[in-house]
Amino acid sequence: MDQPTVKQVWEWLDAVPDPEIPVISLVDLGIIRDVAWEEDTLTVTVTPTYSGCPATSIINLDIETALRDHGIKKVELKRQLSPAWTTDWLTDRGKARLEEYGIAPPQPAGGPERCPHCGSKNVQKVSQFGSTPCKAHWRCTDCLEPFDYFKCI
Amino acid sequence: MTQQEALFQFLLRMGDNTLILGHRTSEWCGVAPVLEEDIALANTALDFIGQTQFWLGYAGEVEGKGQDADRLAFHRDAWDFRNLLLCEMPIGDFGQTIMRQFLFDAWHSIYIARLLKSSDPRVSEIAEKASKEVAYHLERSAETVVALGDGTEESHSRMQKALDYLYPYVGEMFLADDVDAAMVSAGIAPDPTALRDEYDALVQKVLDEATLTVPGNRFAQKGGKNGAMHTEHLGHLLCSMQWLQRVYPDGNW
Repeated sequence: MDQPTVKQVWEWLDAVPDPEIPVISLVDLGIIRDVAWEEDTLTVTVTPTYSGCPATSIINLDIETALRDHGIKKVELKRQLSPAWTTDWLTDRGKARLEEYGIAPPQPAGGPERCPHCGSKNVQKVSQFGSTPCKAHWRCTDCLEPFDYFKCI
Repeated sequence: MTQQEALFQFLLRMGDNTLILGHRTSEWCGVAPVLEEDIALANTALDFIGQTQFWLGYAGEVEGKGQDADRLAFHRDAWDFRNLLLCEMPIGDFGQTIMRQFLFDAWHSIYIARLLKSSDPRVSEIAEKASKEVAYHLERSAETVVALGDGTEESHSRMQKALDYLYPYVGEMFLADDVDAAMVSAGIAPDPTALRDEYDALVQKVLDEATLTVPGNRFAQKGGKNGAMHTEHLGHLLCSMQWLQRVYPDGNW
């Protein structure tokens, strides 16, 4: 088999969903930092979102499985801590998909711009932490629905 | 003490602080007063355990005896732990948990900020990763200390009681020994004694807003970070945290 191009590998990785927020891909999340061939070994560099994110090991497993399914035999996963992951690396497509899914995308102002359900700007924080380490818990005071806000870091 | 031994001790101190406090925090899982706090505490604990994996993982590499983070966490006994005594104190009521969190977060944020400039690239990259989480923890614990301190008569008195109980454990953060001296001369970590003013200013500001009174007595309980004498609480914590690995050594799933 010919070695697949790095571009091809990025496309494959873009089809691997985040295990906790399956509407976005690992590439959308911005945690894949590099893909490179070192002779016959494919090295994928991944950075964790949060130090203790329990999804990290699942993510590594999903990456390996996906690449093996595409016929790549030697895969090496590298963990990179610096530069530390930032929500600036979420792709615009990822942000749009989050909102569509009901999760308010991160905003530099530190809070959601609007309710992802009804679009109202009347929102308030319930708790600094939500259902996963990367999210906070907010609610809309117009439609009264609670929602997750993707923390801006 | 060689430079390598000093670095190992320094890394144990960093990792044991987050491991022991992370375990304490996780004791609230499923029993916190409200669901939102339960989730927040569990997430905070998770950040700490994640940071522990980095610190103790690196500690094991520096030691060079084949110990990984898990082995260091689960196969050492109380006298080999190097966490601040503050971290091992019992959770008490919710007020005591939040007060301890705030007193630790304030120090952690100042200390981690210095480590960003560490001459050891592994240390600075762990600090870089941790610093965002630490800033978020401090924001939350400071806000909650203010809300409860400047809350009802009941919450105020509990927070003052927690502060009076925990304050003797603050001084240990600023004591320096030969491990610290070796880290300072190598440019790896800051001199702990030089951080007190910044800490006091930060803590005073928040506690003023919380209408709480900082105790005047600066007597410091010590013996955690150098392992000379832990409190009676650490052994009980380890009993529960290490139970599985003690009964089934190296058990895996």
